[in-house]
Amino acid sequence: MTSLSQQETFDCRQIFAQTLTELARQDERIVIVCNDSVGSSNLNEFKKEFPDRLVNVGIAEQNMIGVAAGLANSGFIPFVSCAGPFLSGRALEQVKADVAYNMYPIILCAQSPGMSYGELGPTHHSIEDFSWIRALTDITLLSPADPKQTKDAIHWAVQANKPVYMRINRFKIPKTTPETASFEVGKALLLKEGKDVTLITTGILVPRALEAAAILEKDGISARVLNMHTLNPIDKEAIIAAASETRGIVTMEEAITTGGLGAAISEVVVENHPTKMRILGVSHFAPTGSASFLLDHFGLNVENIVKSASELVG
Amino acid sequence: MTRIQEVLQKDDPERIAKLSQIASEIRVDIVNTIAAAKMGHIGGDFSVTDILVSLFFGVMNYRSQDPNWAERDRFILSKGHCSAALYSVMAKAGYFKHEQLGEFMKPLSFLGGHPNRRKLAGIEANTGPLGHGLPIGVGCAVGASLAKKSYRTFVALGDGELQEGSNWEAAMFAGHRKLGNLMAIVDRNRLQQGAGTEETNSLDPLADKWRAFGWDTYELDGHNFAELLNVMEAPDTGKPKVIIANTIKGKGVSFIENRVEWHHKVPSAEQNIQAIKELTHS
Ligand SMILES: Cc1ncc(C[n+]2csc(CCOP(=O)(O)OP(=O)(O)O)c2C)c(N)n1
Repeated sequence: MTSLSQQETFDCRQIFAQTLTELARQDERIVIVCNDSVGSSNLNEFKKEFPDRLVNVGIAEQNMIGVAAGLANSGFIPFVSCAGPFLSGRALEQVKADVAYNMYPIILCAQSPGMSYGELGPTHHSIEDFSWIRALTDITLLSPADPKQTKDAIHWAVQANKPVYMRINRFKIPKTTPETASFEVGKALLLKEGKDVTLITTGILVPRALEAAAILEKDGISARVLNMHTLNPIDKEAIIAAASETRGIVTMEEAITTGGLGAAISEVVVENHPTKMRILGVSHFAPTGSASFLLDHFGLNVENIVKSASELVG
Repeated sequence: MTRIQEVLQKDDPERIAKLSQIASEIRVDIVNTIAAAKMGHIGGDFSVTDILVSLFFGVMNYRSQDPNWAERDRFILSKGHCSAALYSVMAKAGYFKHEQLGEFMKPLSFLGGHPNRRKLAGIEANTGPLGHGLPIGVGCAVGASLAKKSYRTFVALGDGELQEGSNWEAAMFAGHRKLGNLMAIVDRNRLQQGAGTEETNSLDPLADKWRAFGWDTYELDGHNFAELLNVMEAPDTGKPKVIIANTIKGKGVSFIENRVEWHHKVPSAEQNIQAIKELTHS
């Protein structure tokens, strides 16, 4: 078996743009709203084919969300494409009031999320989105792991008829989703069975969890791996099963840990089947460094996953 | 330090020539810094350079060795992506050592992609998300009058940045409060990240907009030191002032000037050499 780290890697912005262009050909309701981000969202092709259906409001994210709400009101299905920090952070009240509270079918696409902007620093990192968007309970919160899940998530969102937020990863990762796996919103994807410990992660960290599980296996620890691609609604059943069938849960997220994936899981765990947990994630504003440097800096690497799991159940 | 005092002499007949010389050295520092880091925003760095040089080596009162001096004039680079320009100017002004520019964007560096006051004293506000500098600047200006201090506040803004509504909330309040101790400088290079400002979300007539918000408005050549200094050093009129500085994105290097892709393109080794040649020739 070739190790995941040796496989071809993908930037999910490609499949995002391609999928939207394909869908737009079939569904005239699909429009894109963006903020001077045509190039960075990889939308030049879409713009060429559907110039009128790409609404670039300029550098004005609050307006961008309001405009999307108005378009939804007019019968369109707006995809808002914007760098993560300015989508979730800058326009948070618009996301709350104009999107969630109105229950408009708007798909918020957070480009280059997490710490993928690396050296540009905390203003450009979008590590708070899991916590913030999770607090807006009417928004389905998706974190696809690879191109297949990104594509499936977009297809699902178009017909969902409700607010959706999804991360569109820039950090290059190998494919981890089996071609045959269906994308069930609210249902974790089981990538590996295991009986000693459960690793639960999402997005770009899925390949690292799988690698860690392989190493743990060699150390005699059988690790279950769940790709929790939906943070809201969270898959309670899978979490309770993990808590009761294995001896502990390690979560990893490219996000601040206060209120994110680990927090969501621990809420389910403490109410249903208390067990030991380790929550790996970002703990503070990042120092200067590339995205991969920062993942290491915050212990979001294979070594630390292995170590945390071993300490938990060893 | 010596450098600043040298050019701070307002009656120096060589003043403009010295500022031009400094600006060309700064642009060389910028291109070297960005080429080494393989990251940065060179187009906007070059368009704002002469504005920064006028402020730091002509107009502002500050002590680079005592960066938190309470009486210092405040400067906020609202278009924080142009950090390489600000760092280059601050290095020359003595805030830190010139060779430390080599740390730009390196792991754990104090010189990140956007300025960070928790890492570098002299930075007044951590900018990066556009549309934050002017409101903070308004607060500094209100603070000065509350504290009965005579310092002035300067905010450099991108033109594309003005599409953010927060600027206009701040502009309205500054006009309302008649903040004569506040100056905004708009780097009017007519380009933003992906295209021209006028084709994206037009700003013109830009001076009229500011005027309507109660600001004294000055349109000038943002690469002309005499014009910049003339307005920057003019007395308080009892109103906030805005300079709409007509600039060229990428100013100083032929293949970078006025090209939208150079918003954040990085020069190759050959382009770096070519750029330095052009910058040091003129
Ligand atoms: C709130 C926010 N939205 C988007 C961006 C991404 N961004 C960085 S620079 C830039 C273009 C800025 O254009 P302008 O203000 O004209 O600056 P300049 O051309 O002088 O570089 C954009 C859209 C950002 N930094 N902040």
